[in-house]
Amino acid sequence: MIRKLFIANRGEIALRIIRTARKMGIESVLGVSEADAASLPAKMADAIAIVGPGPSSQSYLSVERVVDAAVRSGCDAVHPGYGFLSENAAFASAVMAAGMRFVGPDIATLQGMGDKLAARALAVEAGLPVLPGGEAATRADVHTRAAQTGYPLLLKAVSGGGGKGMRRVDRAEDLDSALDMAQAEAQAAFGNAAVYVERFVAMGRHVEVQLLGDGTSAIHLGTRDCSIQRRFQKLVEEAPAPAMPIAAREAIEQAAVRLANHLSYSGAGTAEFLVDATDFSFYFLELNARIQVEHPVTEAITGVDLVEQQLLVAAGKSLSLTQAMVRPVGHAIEVRINAEDPDADFRPSPGRATRAAWPAGEGVRVDTHIGTGGEVPPFYDSLMGKLIVHGQTREQAVERLAHALASLHIEGLPTTTPLHRRIVADPRFIAGGVDTGFLNGLAQ
Amino acid sequence: MNNDLPLTHEDVAEIAAILENSGYNALDLSTRRFHLRIAKGESEDGSLTQEWQWAGAAGEATAQTTSAPTDPDAICSPLPGTFYYAPQPGAAPFVQPGDTVGPETVIGIVETMKLMNPVHAGRSGTVADILVPDGTLVAKGQALIRLA
Repeated sequence: MIRKLFIANRGEIALRIIRTARKMGIESVLGVSEADAASLPAKMADAIAIVGPGPSSQSYLSVERVVDAAVRSGCDAVHPGYGFLSENAAFASAVMAAGMRFVGPDIATLQGMGDKLAARALAVEAGLPVLPGGEAATRADVHTRAAQTGYPLLLKAVSGGGGKGMRRVDRAEDLDSALDMAQAEAQAAFGNAAVYVERFVAMGRHVEVQLLGDGTSAIHLGTRDCSIQRRFQKLVEEAPAPAMPIAAREAIEQAAVRLANHLSYSGAGTAEFLVDATDFSFYFLELNARIQVEHPVTEAITGVDLVEQQLLVAAGKSLSLTQAMVRPVGHAIEVRINAEDPDADFRPSPGRATRAAWPAGEGVRVDTHIGTGGEVPPFYDSLMGKLIVHGQTREQAVERLAHALASLHIEGLPTTTPLHRRIVADPRFIAGGVDTGFLNGLAQ
Repeated sequence: MNNDLPLTHEDVAEIAAILENSGYNALDLSTRRFHLRIAKGESEDGSLTQEWQWAGAAGEATAQTTSAPTDPDAICSPLPGTFYYAPQPGAAPFVQPGDTVGPETVIGIVETMKLMNPVHAGRSGTVADILVPDGTLVAKGQALIRLA
């Protein structure tokens, strides 16, 4: 039983977690920075606790302050959301050391999955295919690996995420300068300059599998396709992965479940794969040991409240769902409405939404913390809200998305809305199954 | 603390469906804590919108746009965020008083939404003064550096 839940996050996901907590009769305490003290989630939570000043390094990223706030509030569990401390093993340990439950997988899983090379090794142990490549501790090793994998290749940060410390290298003569930049970026972002080498798949799709486990058994809730990205960050996600033979989809789902079982995975997690768009061969990339931004598309087609499942497992319950009970219906698409100017190289555009008219209607869900007058502070990421549409078929979902985007109206700051309108009108998107190079070919 | 948790997305979809099949254009719902308007949009296909307004609107911007008249010799921040005049803590500043700058010279960094945005001088000149301490939260348009 969880009685009082501390939410160590902000924005739309904080609001999302508060909703489910309320539905389950769990009291919620939101840890907020001073900049977020009057935010919508702060108003919706049963109580708030200040975790520090605006900059996240002094608030949402401070293990000590967050744990201290949770303890002072008398909470018995902590939900970390996504980003911030959600996959930080030291944070999870501190939460448990303070006598609270951590809503997430066990420490060993967080440690194993936080290190991309260790995750790769675990996936190989579980029999999953991975891309040719691997660790390269010295500059000479990087060159040796590169000679094995061939070009183009990717340099990736061992402790990476969010595209930081990642570089595509097309020619051997560019390898040294790309390595310098990747290492510098990795050092700055993660405090660890180590990188590894992986073959780059030219026509790749990003497909992931939603997993749920209780430490004893694991099930999947189908695929999501997140191939439309900029700077390796997702913009559009859909479930299930479109334009893919059912057998290919099932093979990926089975591989993900094998990995979850191998890890005795507990909680909600997502196994990410790179799928070759030409022949549907697939390679394990990483396992995200937390709730994902794009989880609502899976909720839309399965009817499962993933946050509720997380809280039940964290409270020590066995999964009440079986694989046979998961029966996806229809197709769902999510677009991220970010405070960014797509016409100025996605420059962040914090500020106040003087008006925020979000779409409404059948098959439409909006997860947002920004209403009319809502403030997007400069300290955090640019996500203002997620528009999710659900239809009986992908065709219907695309049509609903186009209508919804036409009525979406945010004033006061530039957003990614115009970009999404161009995406939803693109014949390649309408046909479905685009690869990660999609945005480069988008009409202006 | 509050029992009127706003409607779920299912509730909103239901209200929208009722409105869609009615002769009405909009439905306004007010409580002590929020105002919700569900309306037929301006677009031709009659798509609906939901607009929420919360009592005691969101927190004041931490760094409001400065209203002071802009110094013509100042290089201003192109966006709100945290200003750094050196590439790393402890490192030498990008520019110091007396340095000559050109339009492309980077004079500092503004960190906004976890992204580091270089600030370019935008014109040629000689640095007279760094106006803002390292690590300060600045508003869009706030003067960072003054040229002589």
